[in-house]
Amino acid sequence: MAESTGTATVDMVAGDGGDGVRRRDFINIAAVSFAGIGGAATLFPLISQMAPSADVLAESSTELDTGGIAPGQAIKAIFRKQPLFVRRLTAAELADADAVGLGDLRDPQTLADRTKEGHGDVLVTMGVCTHLGCVPLGAAEGENKGEYGGYFCPCHGSHYDTAGRIRKGPAPTNLEVPEYEFTSDSVIRVG
Amino acid sequence: MSFSWARQYEPKTGVTKWLDERLPLPRLVYNAVGAGYPVPRNLNYMWNFGVLAGFFLVLQIITGVVLAMHYASDATVAFAKVEHIMRDVNWGWLMRYAHANGASFFFIVIYLHIFRGFFYSSYKAPREMIWLLGVVIFLLMMATAFMGYVLPWGQMSFWGAKVITGLFGAIPMVGEPLQVWLLGGFAPDDAALNRFFSLHFLLPFVIAGVVILHIWALHIPGSSNPTGVEVKQESDTVPFHPYYTAKDGFGLGVVLILFAIMMFFLPNMLGHPDNYIEANPLSTPALIVPEWYFYPFYAILRAFTFDFMFIPAKLMGVIAMFASILIWFILPWLDKNPVRSGNHRPLFRIFFWILMADMALLFYLGGAHAEEPFIMLSQLATAYYFLHFLVILPIISKIEKPQQLPFSITEAVLGSDETAAANKPAETSA
Repeated sequence: MAESTGTATVDMVAGDGGDGVRRRDFINIAAVSFAGIGGAATLFPLISQMAPSADVLAESSTELDTGGIAPGQAIKAIFRKQPLFVRRLTAAELADADAVGLGDLRDPQTLADRTKEGHGDVLVTMGVCTHLGCVPLGAAEGENKGEYGGYFCPCHGSHYDTAGRIRKGPAPTNLEVPEYEFTSDSVIRVG
Repeated sequence: MSFSWARQYEPKTGVTKWLDERLPLPRLVYNAVGAGYPVPRNLNYMWNFGVLAGFFLVLQIITGVVLAMHYASDATVAFAKVEHIMRDVNWGWLMRYAHANGASFFFIVIYLHIFRGFFYSSYKAPREMIWLLGVVIFLLMMATAFMGYVLPWGQMSFWGAKVITGLFGAIPMVGEPLQVWLLGGFAPDDAALNRFFSLHFLLPFVIAGVVILHIWALHIPGSSNPTGVEVKQESDTVPFHPYYTAKDGFGLGVVLILFAIMMFFLPNMLGHPDNYIEANPLSTPALIVPEWYFYPFYAILRAFTFDFMFIPAKLMGVIAMFASILIWFILPWLDKNPVRSGNHRPLFRIFFWILMADMALLFYLGGAHAEEPFIMLSQLATAYYFLHFLVILPIISKIEKPQQLPFSITEAVLGSDETAAANKPAETSA
């Protein structure tokens, strides 16, 4: 502690504790803390600026009307710049989805888990394959719906069933069901 | 730094003397790549690729700065701006084709430079730091190239960005927020394009900085050589200039002929036609693949189609892909055999060529459709890749009894080295 005996002696005489604590230690700690907290505070805006900006977030919820979708039909909408599939299931598709035992599923979920009460035939999912983010086929008429009659991802061959659940191929999870709610009998607000 | 017999820089004119006392820049160049840097006399053409990589870095920076003068990183105009460069800007087509093919050539020479390092074990003591810095440069190059490929905002740009940033989404807990943060949105868009442009401009200068450290670290032990025997005496070396400036100049001429053939006659051969379709978030190309130089690592990523040791397949693929490069960081400690050169290690040499075949297979598989038999082959090739580094290399470095090494570089070249054998100070030979 006594690298400079002169100041040390002066500090000691000034009476800053007996065990070698000097006034200068306080200044050092205060200065480094001040600079450290200042540096960390500067880091926050530098990191935060990379997060989605206000205009991107403003587009983060989408409203659409499911009333015009006939059973067996699906529409593609855009939600957060990504495709969104809204599909009204036919009676046969509903039966198919409910007939599967949960034990046979990679990502066990019932159709009821994936739809809203009272609207069990409206399936809203992201049109984004959970493997590597391709857009699966099957929402438009005439497209390949895969072996389970739902969606089929052409990139790496993932097959989804009528409830949008992964049944075969490399995708790890079911097609994501975004947060949404029915704001009237037919209109949904996604996000 | 350098050997005692290295020539000393002597400023001859008044101006250079004045400068040498104030900012000895010519002295620095003289000692780094001039007559002041003694280099083993037996370097073969595999030692050309460091200088060639430096050339392509400079070419990329020059053409890139020019392209940036005519480009705009706004998602609504980026695609049109690239066509504007191709059609309207004077010599714009030349700049863009030079930049696109320059990236491919940069990777070709870097891969040869790395494989040279594998064969001659250039990573061994005392050159570990050169190797580690080299791996850092390679990682920076991959990041730069990936972000550069997004800028034309074609279909492959968009879907490549989506798949690669999606890799971060596989990380447990923080993955999705991290991906959104990296992109500045929920899918690649304006925010992502702008930050990629900014970083694509910045990173080459970071690479140039690490290259300076790489060369600095190289000049402490001096260059390695094909025998793997360290320099012992002056007769083992020749000055870098004019001997290797001439040899590197010849190699550069050959590579530039090949580069000109690609740039002028086959400019899109290594690209993907899909990237001439503007980015469309609602339509996926039939086959999403990265640029050819990422194929081996993409093959490793896609090899994991099954959960492995409680880790989900997708995350495992991501871990394996990053590990396949990060494993190079511990290479100096995996191969501890004191003999460097593959020329004197018959067993090591066999496995080196098997590794090369394995990597060639991974190159092919990374560009193939993800279907059988390619998936199974990717799994086998990936398994062998890690087996080579983690098991085979440490074992052969222990059990192999290398061949008798030449006494010195001079003996390897001339067949005899009486001066050195008699342990006398060497006479001038250069």
